[in-house]
Amino acid sequence: MKQIDLVIIGGGPAGMSAAVAAYESGVRNLLILERDAHLGGILQQCIHNGFGLHRFGEELTGPEYAWRYEKQVWELNIPYMLNTMVLDISPDKVVTATNSEEGIFQIQAKAVILAMGCRERAKGALNIAGTRPAGIYSAGTAQKYVNLKGYMPGKNVVILGSGDIGLIMARRMTLEGAKVHAVCELMPYSGGLARNIEQCLNDFNIPLKLSHTVVEIHGKERLEGVTIAKVDERRRPIAETREYIPCDTLLLSVGLIPENELSKTASVPLDRVTGGAVVDQDRQTEVEGIFACGNVLHVHDLVDYVSEEAEIAGKSAAAYIAGENAEKVDVALHTDGKIRYTVPQRITQKKAVTVFFRVADVYRNVTVKVKDGDNVVYSRKKPKVAPGEMESITLKPETFANAGALSFELEVQ
Amino acid sequence: MYDIVVIGAGVVGGMIARELSAYRLALCIVEKKHDVAMGASSANSAIVHAGFDAKVGSLKAKLNVRGSEMMEKVCEELGVKYKNNGSLVIGFNDEDRATVEELYKRGTANGVKNLKVLDSDELHAIEPNVSKNAVCALHAPTGSIVCPYELTVAAIGNAMDNGADLKLDFEVTDIRDKGDYFEIVSAGETLQAKYIINAAGVYSDAIAKMVGDTSFTVHPRRGEYVLLDKECGTLVSHTIFRTPSKMGKGILVSPTVDGNLLTGPTSVDIEDKDDRSTTPEGLAHVMREALENVDSVMFNKTITSFCGLRAVGSTGDFIINLPRERFVNVAGIESPGLSSAPAIAEYVIELLANAGMPLEKNASYQPRRVAMHAFREASMEEKNAIIKKDPAYGRIICRCETVTEGEILNAIRTNPKPRDLDGVKRRTRAQMGRCQGGFCSPYIVEMLAKEMNVSYETVTKFGGESLINVGKTKEVK
Ligand SMILES: Cc1cc2nc3c(=O)[nH]c(=O)nc-3n(C[C@H](O)[C@H](O)[C@H](O)COP(=O)(O)OP(=O)(O)OC[C@H]3O[C@@H](n4cnc5c(N)ncnc54)[C@H](O)[C@@H]3O)c2cc1C
Repeated sequence: MKQIDLVIIGGGPAGMSAAVAAYESGVRNLLILERDAHLGGILQQCIHNGFGLHRFGEELTGPEYAWRYEKQVWELNIPYMLNTMVLDISPDKVVTATNSEEGIFQIQAKAVILAMGCRERAKGALNIAGTRPAGIYSAGTAQKYVNLKGYMPGKNVVILGSGDIGLIMARRMTLEGAKVHAVCELMPYSGGLARNIEQCLNDFNIPLKLSHTVVEIHGKERLEGVTIAKVDERRRPIAETREYIPCDTLLLSVGLIPENELSKTASVPLDRVTGGAVVDQDRQTEVEGIFACGNVLHVHDLVDYVSEEAEIAGKSAAAYIAGENAEKVDVALHTDGKIRYTVPQRITQKKAVTVFFRVADVYRNVTVKVKDGDNVVYSRKKPKVAPGEMESITLKPETFANAGALSFELEVQ
Repeated sequence: MYDIVVIGAGVVGGMIARELSAYRLALCIVEKKHDVAMGASSANSAIVHAGFDAKVGSLKAKLNVRGSEMMEKVCEELGVKYKNNGSLVIGFNDEDRATVEELYKRGTANGVKNLKVLDSDELHAIEPNVSKNAVCALHAPTGSIVCPYELTVAAIGNAMDNGADLKLDFEVTDIRDKGDYFEIVSAGETLQAKYIINAAGVYSDAIAKMVGDTSFTVHPRRGEYVLLDKECGTLVSHTIFRTPSKMGKGILVSPTVDGNLLTGPTSVDIEDKDDRSTTPEGLAHVMREALENVDSVMFNKTITSFCGLRAVGSTGDFIINLPRERFVNVAGIESPGLSSAPAIAEYVIELLANAGMPLEKNASYQPRRVAMHAFREASMEEKNAIIKKDPAYGRIICRCETVTEGEILNAIRTNPKPRDLDGVKRRTRAQMGRCQGGFCSPYIVEMLAKEMNVSYETVTKFGGESLINVGKTKEVK
């Protein structure tokens, strides 16, 4: 069996950043495995701009952002295999993969970085009643048809869910000549970035219908229309508000799910809220030597943060392979529900750590508090927080050096 | 001129055609849809019933028990997944217990082997996730599961490999009696045949009427299902039924041969024979009742919901007869039609032989068909040998179900050839997983377009107007 120090699963922005960081930290025997025909992951089909503002201070398109990392992979001669699908990872880090040239093969790795990204929640999960015609796509699939294949999935569009891909596709379909009749969002707020609502909907007069959902699908062969309805506080459709919208296309942007099927084969424990692995500040999972970063760990809104996180994973994997040991602590991070989750979920080293988190609802005038028991070790005021925008705070080592657990709480005025 | 034309490419028509292809006959299957297995045979509970349900002495009872005995061998020959997982009919009170006893008696009278009545402890020992409120159960070890569309595709493919023709998009609109043969009319072509088998499912009454037989009607009864992710596939190992009541057989919870968990069906009479829509009430009903029978069915792991239409005949039994010379009705084949299909085919051949149809064995008849899932089940060494010969088997197209390009191409080139996305799905499981084709459908569209030598935007989901794309970007008006 081939022996490789570091195997990185996935060649999207997370995988590439992690590889570059690991290389720069001294790892030379490494390999990226990517199932697609190119590096770049989902960024390849994100031809709109808005990537890289934080990292590079410029507005890049998805492919341009990916290229910045792909170039480094090339320049550093970091090996990668394309069209290669990983089928299994064992807890002792034997990676089984397949491609056309090698067939099914196995690699014994010292460390593995999971960077498989996420996928869209499919229609089935919504259990919408009605017929099952052609014309219903996840927003990402439609994006692939339009941007990569050059075909239009439809002309009269309703979008369910105001996730970022849905918002982007509302604009894209409009620019390509389709009519987007409405974007329906089940929640009373959008899950997408504020800037996307402005630039993708408002600029094109596309109505965003908050607290609305699609309750029925019509049409025998191709979609002919959808019935939408307003929902009450408990998200149940209100019958009197039913409204029929004729359309030939329904795009779904109803959430992203980290793709952790492989992590499960490696017995990596997952966080119920994020759908990704439980990790420490190094992005090491609870299986020693297996790290995770990017959207497979938790869904990010900005790729810039993916790169940042992947660099942590890459560096830490390098340190793990080199057998470096730092002073240990063990602090579990808990949340109060208003804060839905944190990444990392635990701290095991006594060094400054940036903790990312998401909130459960839109709140105004809040104070983010971190408590060790009753003791507030950190506190910061914020005018507004929303589920669509990831937040972060940095904790100094002295705030948790002697704590068994920290509690992340949101105080709403 | 065909010796015999089978109308309807469902599991019944398919199994009959396969059986007929063992004889030297010019044989054709006609189907109005874009593919085979598009009717009841694509959307049902997928259970090979043991045979304790049907009324003693009925044709249903006889053919069910016989079909269930034949099924394993048929599946083995056709390379179709089959699993003898056993069925349980669970009861919650004294009334249910009486029903369980009654089913036991009826099943035994029907010839079902090894039935047993279990008490609560015995039940929960073999199915710990069945509701703690269940007090008894009928255990039918011969109950099994299959994949109904896989069986249909394989039966028709096997018939074709043995010489049968298949004509799709062929909706029979009229049948003309020409004395010693029939003309079978569709919007395009007209065929001639000496014999006709009417296996047109919910429309079999309409076909019968074309030759003047109005002795029965068939009406559609909706059955809605919710299918869950493979993660939930081991929640129960048996097929769990509720004791039947006046309201029907109730909602079952069952593993599928592909490892998913299936819950359903509802049972509601409707008017429209083409209405395969699900309803909010129906889906809610499935979920509620499934949870009454089995603890912690995780409906947040739903991957799809769907609806099938039962062809309920007006006589209460299967209608298999010759209302006139050289014309056979195989109508009202509601549940357990799938279980009975091999036995129905055998029975129909018997009827034809008795009616004087010349049946001469086809010496080159090959009952076996290579399994569509052969690659999937091969060992790593075997797979590598295949990939070496054909690198397409090393390329994964469907990530959720791990289906390779080689398997998809093979399916597209194998009888009965799929011509749309759903056809590829039913044959290979590509698009059948948790992302429901989100990733792979654009590639499969490309493969279909290339293999059929048509343009990308003409590829459909299931024929007709079910187009996937409406044109090139920049050209859409
Ligand atoms: C909800 C539900 C649950 C079930 N569960 C089970 C079960 O668990 N076990 C079991 O044993 N059975 C079950 N059944 C029954 C089983 O599915 C059916 O008995 C079986 O599939 C019937 O097959 P068929 O070939 O007769 O009908 P179909 O599969 O409906 O095939 C009929 C075909 O005829 C074609 N056709 C119709 N009119 C024309 C025309 N004019 N010209 C050309 N073609 C035409 C149709 O398009 C169709 O393809 C269930 C059925 C339903 C609906």
